[in-house]
Amino acid sequence: MNDMIEIRWHGRGGQGAKTASLLLADAAFNTGKYIQGFPEYGPERMGAPITAYNRISSSPIRIHSNIYEPDYVVVVDDTLLESVDVTAGLKEDGAIVINTTKNGEDLKKLLKGYKGKIYTIDARKVSMETLGKYFPNTPMLAAIVKVSGIMNEEDFVKDMEGSFKHKFAKKPEVIDGNMKAIEMALNEVKEVK
Amino acid sequence: MGIRERLSGNEAAATAMKQINPDVVAAFPITPSTEIPQYFSTFVDNGQVDTEFVAVESEHSAMSACIGAEAAGARAMTATSANGLSLMWEMVYIASSMRLPIVMSLVNRAVSGPLNIHNDHSDAMGVRDAGWIMLFSETNQEAYDNLLMAHRIAENEKVLLPLMVCQDGFITSHSIENIELLEDAKVKEFVGEYHPKHYLLNKKEPIAMGPMDLQAFLFEHKYQQAEAMCNAKQVILDVAKDFEKLTGRKYGFFEEYKLDDAEIAIVCMNSTAGTTKEVVDSLREKGIKAGLLKVRVFRPFPAEEISKALAHVKAVAVLDKADSLNGVGGALFTDVTSGMQVNGVTVPTSSYIYGIGGRDTTTKEIESVYKDLMEDSKKGKIENPYRYLGLRKE
Repeated sequence: MNDMIEIRWHGRGGQGAKTASLLLADAAFNTGKYIQGFPEYGPERMGAPITAYNRISSSPIRIHSNIYEPDYVVVVDDTLLESVDVTAGLKEDGAIVINTTKNGEDLKKLLKGYKGKIYTIDARKVSMETLGKYFPNTPMLAAIVKVSGIMNEEDFVKDMEGSFKHKFAKKPEVIDGNMKAIEMALNEVKEVK
Repeated sequence: MGIRERLSGNEAAATAMKQINPDVVAAFPITPSTEIPQYFSTFVDNGQVDTEFVAVESEHSAMSACIGAEAAGARAMTATSANGLSLMWEMVYIASSMRLPIVMSLVNRAVSGPLNIHNDHSDAMGVRDAGWIMLFSETNQEAYDNLLMAHRIAENEKVLLPLMVCQDGFITSHSIENIELLEDAKVKEFVGEYHPKHYLLNKKEPIAMGPMDLQAFLFEHKYQQAEAMCNAKQVILDVAKDFEKLTGRKYGFFEEYKLDDAEIAIVCMNSTAGTTKEVVDSLREKGIKAGLLKVRVFRPFPAEEISKALAHVKAVAVLDKADSLNGVGGALFTDVTSGMQVNGVTVPTSSYIYGIGGRDTTTKEIESVYKDLMEDSKKGKIENPYRYLGLRKE
């Protein structure tokens, strides 16, 4: 059975796109899937465009190349829409999820006629309201899980709680905020009509 | 049944080292292998291993410290990449000539210059004649498994040679993937304790190691190294058999993927083999008889076995992730073709240099090689054997 889902992340150095891709791999792994999570390494520095990838499948994954025809694209920073061809190779029966406050018409122009579904979320608002700081990766992770349906939301929320408890063992005060960010993001992500 | 986990290739290598719990680890950080000593040093700090971790000031010192430790009678390991291995080069030869079964995790990266941190096999190819056993790994799983088998091979009395386990920098070293781990106790039992026959700290047998060796005997000592490398073949197979009993995972000199009835075949090493398997399956669906031979054991080179495995094929492409800059073709290509010649196998074979400096290798590119092979097999001869894959045209 070939049910492989391929996801490409676009972000800027320091926003946590790489971490989000690894967390997504973790969450899918915990539901019994075969996973790959890998960044495209370059001369990374704060603010520079970076790309990260996920493959998720029910059967072992053997391919070891970058992803050129993703099912989904996640854009963690909408200023990239002007400089990076984020929809390159993106399948038209797939979708793009963008962290933005731009309206649908502006986005469609920036995406140069991409015919697939477009979803948006204001990850800054979610992050500021729940964490008090701008960490877009947690909301974007929740958004792509919701849009792609890789796993059911309940399992995802439960799994993330476990991950955060482990990851933030020394900073338990941030666990609540991150969980709220996940729950809020699951509700806030909307399709652009 | 083992433990279901997800680890990067570097985490897998560090985990293997933790479970092996060697006496000494000496290493200097270099991309993309840095994480291995980094993770390992946390195991030391947490008391999960009782290894003496030597944070040396260079790779030359890392290999020197491993040599000193092994000569003293300890089990020593290290990890490096690219220019780190270049700086070790002098000591790499000394380790093998002193017959010290040091185990190295080599995370393959392009050797400068120009400076590049990404994957190719030029580091490994630079030491292919240094007298080390060289195992290549397609996945994090294979990097882990090869390390667990490494000491049993290297420390065998008939072998006593250092061994390196290679995996692709970033492509597997930094990609999180599924892996099946063994329980600590099972690894401990499988790897066993190290009791060298001769070692410097044995007060009952005072010996000299590594003295000057001139016209009278150096030749004979080199012959012994060559003999040990030949002996390693059977030991590698024996250890693989035991490993299969323990894990169900089968290893040989190489993996044959749909090669039995193949008419065209690719020979390659490390992660590209996985991408090639995908292409083989898609071509098979179209009725094209494509196959793959993935080399695991590059030193000692199983020339006879590879020649026999390819004898029925109509055309072969050997993919090298390092250019030998010799006007002929890559190192794997020249080894495969000379092996065929010596073993009386005549199959049209070409060399493809690919993936240099981290150039990504796609399924489309691998497909294009099989397409070339279909043409070659029709012609029955090779007109331009020295080829490039994925090279920019402009």
